[in-house]
Amino acid sequence: MYTQAMDTMGKDGGEAKKPLRSAEDMLAEQKFEARIDAGDFIEAKDWMPEHYRKTLVRQISQHAHSEIVGMLPEGNWISRAPTLKRKAILLAKVQDEAGHGLYLYAAAETLGTSRDQLFDALHSGRAKYSSIFNYPTLTWADMGVIGWLVDGAAIMNQVPLCRCSYAPYARAMVRVCREESFHQRQGFEALLTMMTRGTEAQREMVQDAVNRWWWPSLMMFGPPDADSPNSEQSMRWGIKRIGNDDLRQKFVDATVEQAKSLGVTMPDPDLRWNEERQHVDFGVIDWSEFWRVVGGDGPCNRERLGARVKAWDDGAWVREAALANARKHELKEAA
Amino acid sequence: MNETVKSEWPLWEVFVRNKSGLDHKHCGSLHAADPKMAIQLARDVYTRRQEGTSIWVVRSDQIVASDPGEKAMYFDPMEDKVYRHPTFYELPKSLDHM
Repeated sequence: MYTQAMDTMGKDGGEAKKPLRSAEDMLAEQKFEARIDAGDFIEAKDWMPEHYRKTLVRQISQHAHSEIVGMLPEGNWISRAPTLKRKAILLAKVQDEAGHGLYLYAAAETLGTSRDQLFDALHSGRAKYSSIFNYPTLTWADMGVIGWLVDGAAIMNQVPLCRCSYAPYARAMVRVCREESFHQRQGFEALLTMMTRGTEAQREMVQDAVNRWWWPSLMMFGPPDADSPNSEQSMRWGIKRIGNDDLRQKFVDATVEQAKSLGVTMPDPDLRWNEERQHVDFGVIDWSEFWRVVGGDGPCNRERLGARVKAWDDGAWVREAALANARKHELKEAA
Repeated sequence: MNETVKSEWPLWEVFVRNKSGLDHKHCGSLHAADPKMAIQLARDVYTRRQEGTSIWVVRSDQIVASDPGEKAMYFDPMEDKVYRHPTFYELPKSLDHM
């Protein structure tokens, strides 16, 4: 799951202005642009502009962090899943998120940043992750709604990334997308079970979860294109293929239909089919909430980051011991 | 290399054989302290859905690769050797499946 349109970081202060470039660099850059224009893929060892590299490290590592932090809200319910079947499904899903994080970290590392540097950026609060994970998972219905809406939004964001110009990222995304579709389907099916075979209280629980997750899900596509300073460059470089607003509209159109068959309503009085546009109209998104949560002041920001830092610190002796053990065996073999 | 890099587990490239009869194919990389751990983590990370029947791992720093900067010099000479392909040869229609 879980990329959020990653150009939100444009607000963090922007990149430093480019230093003067040599004639050689300018020629290399022209060749690079021509390859991008021709639809060529860029591999790790190929020449690339420094800004392209930086943009990708930022986007891929944020994406990886999101997968890893995204395990926390769902991990919260593994021990309390209502049946053994649901527990096995949830475990498999959370394990997938760990795997997706690892594919993506590996892709980011091909750009010359080490895994420890990437972790350090997350743990020190310099790097961001998708703000959706800073909301709490209060009931079992949240597990279903995360699968249906949050993973659904993530898939819509991610499918175009399979054609990203940076090949190691594109390859990782192909793998992620292939594994992801079960996440959305299991969520919808869990909700459908409660809506069609559950009690009145369970149906209310589902509606309550939809009410809480709907708007944050729409925010996952990132701010409107007009307010996304890095969008245009990312589009030109083939890092990003479809704009935030188009993806968001596509998501709304799809999910509104799905909500009908589920028997829930979205918490938006302005939601209606627009015959002229051939799309569903929806209300105004509260972007001040989005920026507040991105900025660190969501309901669970401190808890999530705290849990990651604790896991890293508590695991330090294990990492050191494994390495010491490996060195001991290497020495033995050499002797 | 600074201290943080040195304390990292080394990087391994992972190759998976999808099913018997096929070749091992590169599918990604991971960090592990030793070969045994690398194989075990490769199983958990890259074959959660029966994608594998066999795994190879190799330390990334042991791989020797061609230089992408010399791609053209290295591979372009094959471009004008079309006679290495069967389609280069025109045969009568009745024999064209040869």
